[in-house]
Amino acid sequence: MKFNQALKMALSALRANLGRSFLTMLGIIIGVFAVTVLISIVGSATNEMTDSIEGMGADLVTSIWMSPKKTYVTVDDLDELLEKDSIKDVAATTGGSNSTIKAGTEVVDVSVTGVTSNYALMQEQVLERGRFLSDLDIELNTSKAVIDYDTAIDLFKTDYCVGSTISINGEEFEIVGVLEKPSNNMGGMNDTVVNIPITTAQRMYKNTELSNIIVQATSAETVDAAAQELKIYSKRVIKDSDYFMVYSNREFLDILDEITGIMSAVLGGIASISLLVGGIGIMNIMLVSVTERTREIGIRKAIGAKKMDILVQFVIEAVVLCIAGGLLGLLLGYAGIAIASQLMDMAVSMSLSTIMLALGFSVAVGLVFGIYPANKASNLRPIEALRYE
Amino acid sequence: MINLQNIKKTYVMGENVVHALNDVSVSINKDEFVSIVGPSGSGKSTLMNIIGCLDIADEGVYEIEGQNIMEYTENQLSTLRNEKIGFIFQQFNLLMKLTAYENVELPLIYQGLPASKRKVQVINALEKVNLVDRMHHRPNELSGGQQQRVAIARALATKPSLILADEPTGNLDSHTGHEIMELLRDLHRQGNAIILITHDNDVAKQAERRIHIIDGKIDSDSGREGALV
Repeated sequence: MKFNQALKMALSALRANLGRSFLTMLGIIIGVFAVTVLISIVGSATNEMTDSIEGMGADLVTSIWMSPKKTYVTVDDLDELLEKDSIKDVAATTGGSNSTIKAGTEVVDVSVTGVTSNYALMQEQVLERGRFLSDLDIELNTSKAVIDYDTAIDLFKTDYCVGSTISINGEEFEIVGVLEKPSNNMGGMNDTVVNIPITTAQRMYKNTELSNIIVQATSAETVDAAAQELKIYSKRVIKDSDYFMVYSNREFLDILDEITGIMSAVLGGIASISLLVGGIGIMNIMLVSVTERTREIGIRKAIGAKKMDILVQFVIEAVVLCIAGGLLGLLLGYAGIAIASQLMDMAVSMSLSTIMLALGFSVAVGLVFGIYPANKASNLRPIEALRYE
Repeated sequence: MINLQNIKKTYVMGENVVHALNDVSVSINKDEFVSIVGPSGSGKSTLMNIIGCLDIADEGVYEIEGQNIMEYTENQLSTLRNEKIGFIFQQFNLLMKLTAYENVELPLIYQGLPASKRKVQVINALEKVNLVDRMHHRPNELSGGQQQRVAIARALATKPSLILADEPTGNLDSHTGHEIMELLRDLHRQGNAIILITHDNDVAKQAERRIHIIDGKIDSDSGREGALV
C-alpha cells in the first residue's frame, strides 16, 4: 500500500471523529504553546541584554576599587597602564555620589559620577543633543554636566535643555549634553546618568579616590591580557584582592550566556513535560480507538491488509494528530508572543529553530506514543477481530 | 482448486477441549458452487475460516492451486486472501465511514494498484451487482440487500479464484435473500467458484453440491451429481 493512501485513510479517520481528535491534540497544543512562548521570551530577553552589553563595548575591562584605605592614585598615575601593549586607553570615574538635583521647582535624587573626558566614547554613549565633556572641562574643573534623556525629561519636561542650569547639591552646573533617548526595548538596562568632570567631582565631594578604572584593549584578542594587566595594577595599589574586582564585558557576556542557557533548559524542560503528558494522552486515545475499531481492523485484514498496512495507518494517525496539534500550538504561541511583547514592552520573536524544535518534538511524540497502539492494532488476529462486537 | 486433507482443529475452552474439525478432507474444483451445511457448533465456521485463510489448521494439508499454505506467514496469508479469496459475510462487514465505491476499492488499495486501474475494476464489480448508481452512498444509506451487494462487489473486485460466502442471507428478509442467492448463482454461471456456508437447508439446496458437516466431521457429500440448480 502506498504512503499517500495510508495518509488518506488516517485523515478520514481523524475527520470522522473531529471533536475527539481536537481533544486528543489539546495536550500537544498546550505543550507546544508553552515550549515556544517560554523559549522565545528567554531567547529574546537574552538577545536584548547581550546587545546592550555589547553596545557598551566588548573590548572594555573594568576594575572596581573598594579600598577602605586611601590609594592616593590620581588620573595621571593611570598613564602607566597605557604603556602596556594590550591597552589602548584608560578612563576613570569617581564613585557615584547621591546628590539632589534641582532645576526650577523640579527636584530629583540621582547618583552623580565624575568622569574623564574619554569615558563617554569608551562607553559608546550617544548624544541626543549637545556635546560630551571635553579635556578642557577636566583641566579647568568646570561646572558642566551631561545628563541622560529620562533625567532631562524629569527636570525640564523636554530634552531641549542644553545650556540650562541645574543645581547639584547647591552648586550650579550648565548642561552641555543630553544622551540619546533609550530605545524601548532595553530590557530595563537603562541607568540614570549625570556625568560631571572628574576633577570637579573630586573637589565638590571632597574625595579624590578613584572608583572605576576602565581600560580599553587594543583588540578583541588582547582583552584577556588587558584584564591581567589591570588586575596586576589593582593588586599593587590595593594589596588585598577582596577590595577590588576586575571584570571584562566579555566575561560578563559569557556568564549571561550561561545563565540564560540554564534558564532556557529549565523552562524548556518544564514545558517539555507538558508535551510528554500530551503524548501519553494521544497514546491513551489511540488505544481506545484501536479497541473501538477492532472490527474495522478485522475487516481490513480479511480483505488483504498486511500487518504493516495497519501499523502504518495507525502510526500516521498519531503523527498527523501531533503535527496538527503542533501547528495549532505554534499559532497559539504566536498570539501568546504578541501579547507578551506588549506586556513586557520588549520585541519577542519566535526563531526558526524554535519552530523546528517544536514541530520535530511533535512528530517524535507522535511516533513514540503512536507505535504501541498501532502495533497492538496490527497484531490483532483477523478471526478474533471479525468476531468482535 | 482447493484441497484439504485430514484437517484437524482443536480449541481449548476453559477445561474443555473442543474438536472443531476432526479429520476433514475435501476437494473443490474451480468451477463449483458448493454449500457447506451444518447446525451451529458443527465446525462449519471453523472450516470456512480455514478455507478463507483467516485461521490455520492444527494438522493436515491445505493446498490452494497446488500451493501448500500451511507454512505461510501471516503476511503471505494476507496477500493470499487479498488475491485469491473474496469474502461475503452475514454481517456484510462494510466500513461504515466509507462510501460503497471506497469499500469496493479497499482490497485494490491493499494490492497497490494505481487509481486509474482501481476505478475500472471497482466500476466493473459494481456493475455486476447493479449498484453503480448508488456508489457514492455510505452503507447506512443503503438497504440490507444493497449493502450485501456492495460486499459482493468488494469480493469480486480483485477477481478472486474463490468466493466464500458465510451465511450471506442470514441478515436479510427472505425476498432479499432470494435476490442475493440469484446473484450468487449468476456469478457461478459466469465461472466463479463459490463456497456457501449456511445452516439453512433451503439455502444450501441452491448449490450444485452440498457437504453436510456435523460434530467436526463430514457427514455427507452429495458430489457434483447432486445438482439441483
